[in-house]
Amino acid sequence: MDRKEYDQLAEELKPTGHKVKNGFNAFLYGGVMGVIAQAILEFFMNVYHCSQKEATPMMTITLVFFACLLTGLGIYDNIAKHAGAGTFIPITGFANSMSSSAMDSRSEGLIFGIGSNMFKLGGTVITYGIVSSSLLGVIRYVITLFW
Amino acid sequence: MNYIMAFLFSGFVCFLAQMIYDHTKWTPGHITSLFVVLGSFLDLFHVYDKLVDIFHAGALIPITSFGHSLMHGAMEATEKFGIFGIAMGMFDLTAAGISAAILFSFLVAILFKPKS
Amino acid sequence: MSSRFFGNSLKLENVYIASTGTTCGPLEFQGPLGSCFDKGFDDHYCGEESFEKAERKMLRDALDICLKRENMKYKDVDLYIGGDLMNQITTVHYLAREIPKPFIGIYSACSSFCLSMALSSLLIEGGFIHRAVSLVSSHNATAERQYRYPVEYGVQKKDTTTFTATGAIATLLTDEKTDVRVEAITLGKVVDYSQNDPNDMGRAMAPAAYDTILTHFQDLKRSFQDYDLVVTGDLSTYGHKILKEMLQRHKIDVVRYNDCGCMLYDLNQQEVFQGGSGCACSGLVTMGHLYPMLKEKKYKRVLVVATGALLSPILTFQKETIPCVAHAISLEVV
Repeated sequence: MDRKEYDQLAEELKPTGHKVKNGFNAFLYGGVMGVIAQAILEFFMNVYHCSQKEATPMMTITLVFFACLLTGLGIYDNIAKHAGAGTFIPITGFANSMSSSAMDSRSEGLIFGIGSNMFKLGGTVITYGIVSSSLLGVIRYVITLFW
Repeated sequence: MNYIMAFLFSGFVCFLAQMIYDHTKWTPGHITSLFVVLGSFLDLFHVYDKLVDIFHAGALIPITSFGHSLMHGAMEATEKFGIFGIAMGMFDLTAAGISAAILFSFLVAILFKPKS
Repeated sequence: MSSRFFGNSLKLENVYIASTGTTCGPLEFQGPLGSCFDKGFDDHYCGEESFEKAERKMLRDALDICLKRENMKYKDVDLYIGGDLMNQITTVHYLAREIPKPFIGIYSACSSFCLSMALSSLLIEGGFIHRAVSLVSSHNATAERQYRYPVEYGVQKKDTTTFTATGAIATLLTDEKTDVRVEAITLGKVVDYSQNDPNDMGRAMAPAAYDTILTHFQDLKRSFQDYDLVVTGDLSTYGHKILKEMLQRHKIDVVRYNDCGCMLYDLNQQEVFQGGSGCACSGLVTMGHLYPMLKEKKYKRVLVVATGALLSPILTFQKETIPCVAHAISLEVV
């Protein structure tokens, strides 16, 4: 059996999975996450009598805190199993990637374990966020100079 | 109304990511990176600001908002410090999220063991 | 070459299984074969501080149970051969510090079980040693950490993922007659069908199993009819289907064929995706389930084809395809 034929056979027998259910779940969990975020946002806006922009970091911090806590208690991955992208796309997913990496490496000590492994998965988001923002930032800066 | 808008947009972004995840070999790492780049791109012509005005928290919670905030902070600082502002202001708006994530992750790693 | 060699296969005459010890994690213990294993742990830590130490403890317990059955000490065995899934095969090597006898560490991914049994058998058959112990272990959390993601990372597994079994197996082989013997072995060659998805081991490894089974049958002029059961190591539900289809297309009548990954767990009840994988998967099923069945003479002869995907995460990221191998051993009632 050659490779092409094999690939054909394997594709035929591939498990179909639950793509529709996964998509629906992602939408549902992601949406609920948005509602929770909105509730927290409005709560802080009322408590501190501030604008949405000022309350945003407070909302982020609160969500990050709960995501880390749930990761520590071993609950987050059980939710993520069903939610899929509904939990890794919101900022909580970033918090989970950092806390899970840190926690996983705790047996290797403070420096080579927690310290150096914390950004193992989450680092890519920061890297590409900064690289793309710098590039696009320069472009926009140049545009505004000449316009 | 705000809640419905938040639900719809956040859900839509997650749905989009799930479609990519299910139909390609990309990992969550690939997809979150793509979405961050997308977020900062949408801020190039202030599109993302409009999304935030309409969808509120729905647009603030997906990771796309992280790219938008990085870009936004950088752009605000360029007004005062010119080209240097890009690096100086990069973390202005996202500092809270990242600091919190580092601090809480550290504490969690000290206090808890992975459960499996 | 002696007349016992047939291509890549070899018929053996005086290698016997004297005793075995099997330990497993919580999920395997709750599975359909749970009662077959000598010792099951309630949690993945097994009372240790880290998952790596837990895996070593499981392996030590398996070895102790195995030798205790024959009232032997570590020094009564001539040679130890073992392997696991960790980098630098640390589980067996760090355990070997406690063993006052020569030790050979081998790596053949999930097929380490059959490879270590085959090598021990060869050395005994050759008359170089009298007793050898084959050791293998795998642990879900340590494998997950090394090959995939942190244990607590919230990620939805792809549909084709397999679940690394937690368990350890020690098997004592001797040249003194017992009820069950290792009757033939086939060492596989490494094949690569250009598969590059590390979340789809069944698809990557099926061609290796196919190659080894075919070689075994051709070399020894046998077919599925000569065995009461043929098991593959960890092809999972998906790989099992592919292999069956491949063999049928080659006009081979597939009967009494199963996969250890599907036998070890209750696929409908337990969350193991496509089924079990890892060194412990084939080991636990063979030594925990098939060996007692052979001893009770319910089976006469079984073929175990352990499959291994020899991938490393680094090379997978470098876009290399996955080389795979399968080794077969045939066990027979004396």
